[in-house]
Amino acid sequence: MAATTEASAPLLRLAGVTKRFGGAAAVDAVDLALAENEVFCLLGPSGCGKSTLLRLIAGFEQPDAGTIRLGTQDLTGLPAHRRPINMMFQSYALFPHMSVSRNVAYGLADRPRAERAARVADLLRMVRLEDFADRRPDTLSGGQRQRVALARALAREPRLLLLDEPLTALDRALREETQSELRALQRRLRTSFIVVTHDPEEAMRLADRVGVMAQGRIVQVGATAELYDRPASRYVAGLLGDVNLIPGRLGPGEPGGLRAVEIASGSLRARSPAADLSEGDAVVVAVRPERVALGPDQAGEGATVGIPATVAERVFLGDRIARTLHLGDGSAVRASGPPEGADAFPAGARVRLRFAAEAATILPA
Amino acid sequence: MRARAGERWRARLVRLPPLIWLTAFFLVPFLITLKISLSDAATAMPPYLPVLDWQGGREGWASFLEALDFENYAVLWFDTFYRDAALSSLAYAGTASLVLVLFGTPLAYALARAPARLQTLLVALVVVPFWTSFLVRVYAWIAILKPEGLLNAGLLRLGLIARPLEILNTPAAVLIGLVYAYLPFMVLPLYAVMSRLDGSLREAAADLGAGPVRAFWSVTLPLAAPGIAAGALLCFIPMVGEFVIPDLLGGSDTLMLGRVLWSEFFSNRDWPLASAVAVLLLLIVIGPVLLFRGAGREAAR
Repeated sequence: MAATTEASAPLLRLAGVTKRFGGAAAVDAVDLALAENEVFCLLGPSGCGKSTLLRLIAGFEQPDAGTIRLGTQDLTGLPAHRRPINMMFQSYALFPHMSVSRNVAYGLADRPRAERAARVADLLRMVRLEDFADRRPDTLSGGQRQRVALARALAREPRLLLLDEPLTALDRALREETQSELRALQRRLRTSFIVVTHDPEEAMRLADRVGVMAQGRIVQVGATAELYDRPASRYVAGLLGDVNLIPGRLGPGEPGGLRAVEIASGSLRARSPAADLSEGDAVVVAVRPERVALGPDQAGEGATVGIPATVAERVFLGDRIARTLHLGDGSAVRASGPPEGADAFPAGARVRLRFAAEAATILPA
Repeated sequence: MRARAGERWRARLVRLPPLIWLTAFFLVPFLITLKISLSDAATAMPPYLPVLDWQGGREGWASFLEALDFENYAVLWFDTFYRDAALSSLAYAGTASLVLVLFGTPLAYALARAPARLQTLLVALVVVPFWTSFLVRVYAWIAILKPEGLLNAGLLRLGLIARPLEILNTPAAVLIGLVYAYLPFMVLPLYAVMSRLDGSLREAAADLGAGPVRAFWSVTLPLAAPGIAAGALLCFIPMVGEFVIPDLLGGSDTLMLGRVLWSEFFSNRDWPLASAVAVLLLLIVIGPVLLFRGAGREAAR
């Protein structure tokens, strides 16, 4: 997918887009290129500027600087109702005084009556709401409302659909089902999506690529696996899931793109940092708990190499076992493993922990 | 079980004060007015007959009830003067309500869309005239509208008119006065409804290709309709019975029920007929209220 998207001209291109409220920049010089048929997630905590960026693309806000282009068309300065982009609102923003079918038909005012009716029927069938055409939005369940909003936003066949926290209003079970439905629909329609979310799991389920935002900037863009395994900063590492950050000093380079790091209780190896760091700099080694493996702490032949530690706590979580380990200097490392090993390494056990050097990333402290 | 009974009693107790209030200040005065409207005018104190003789017992009651009749209502029905006054009142109040909706809706919309910091100030400006006496403000309109008044002086100075316009003491002056005096009562409820409208609905309309005009007509206006109806009713009801504005700004031939009522009471000292006019006024005003409540229930369903 990545190869084909890079080959074709981008569908949407943002260049230096900036929006200030008062003195502070809510969106700060953002560059972004989105390919046809791509699902892109803007991920970040509330206040990071992701919603403002979405509103800038939709045309509800106008940028103070920068340009927004869709295909060959410059959208900058164009009001929302002139942009060939549609949006699904977080609260759905369904018109409460109109029936489901009139909501869906709202964007089709410029089509002939017969075509409009046929299109509405198609859309309602697509979201499985044929039987609800004459109902008012307030008589529908949350999931049904979400589907009305989706049908309404897709009515004008936009090349780009913006989705603002599309699933946060749904309960958990419905959310996972809706995520895969949404993804299947996108594959069928080949419409590009930009999804704003604060939920990393949602981003992982939906997105081809994710842009992580912080303080109005996109700090890292990549496929979810790439962001998860090779974060460029402590912020990104922590945002995408649970992570251990083991402090140390950068050691000499090693073959295979690896680098040594001296930590309090020994020495370990991890993938060379992307950032410009030199030997002796303070760094942290980022490693996910599920990548941390445990072995018995035995002397002699066949002993496990690794960092000595003590199990401080062991918690059974059903699908996994979570352990908190204390290193020699008292710092804590979390390890999670499959439930099969539940009996091994109880609290108080002396262990050695290790992880593949390729699974660990060196980040600036 | 006992606790629930106690709760029920408390609920009833809460309903009591408004009930007492309505009985003492609405129901009883209305019944007195109704009774007077069924009496006959007399040169006496009080100026009507019959008066119930409390010592008369059963016979006293009988002769009292016998003396009541619908004579005054017959006068209202058959004398075209009163019918014309009623119709003219409705016409003034209806026209003024329409103008108020046409002026008040865009004004309230502009208020609701103004930047948040400005809104408080603008709403205060709508309310500020209330700080001056109503009577003083109506007199000020005389100064503005009279032949040598501010408006004519300004228009003459600008060369827009050759001779002073005759506005004061015409129906136009009454309409200007009504619209001016009741505009805040139209704008404030409407502003309350419009500022509570979800802004994302307007954005959704724009997102689906609706320009500002279509978004306003198809989304904002239908959702603000209950506010428009409430505001129009809030103005229409007192305007039907309005006395001060037609008396001061209208000519001597301005026919409105409020004025008729006043002159029956104070010039003719015909309390029974005046009371009948008052009851008629109430009946006229109850109509639209019931209509509005019916529409509200329909909308709620």
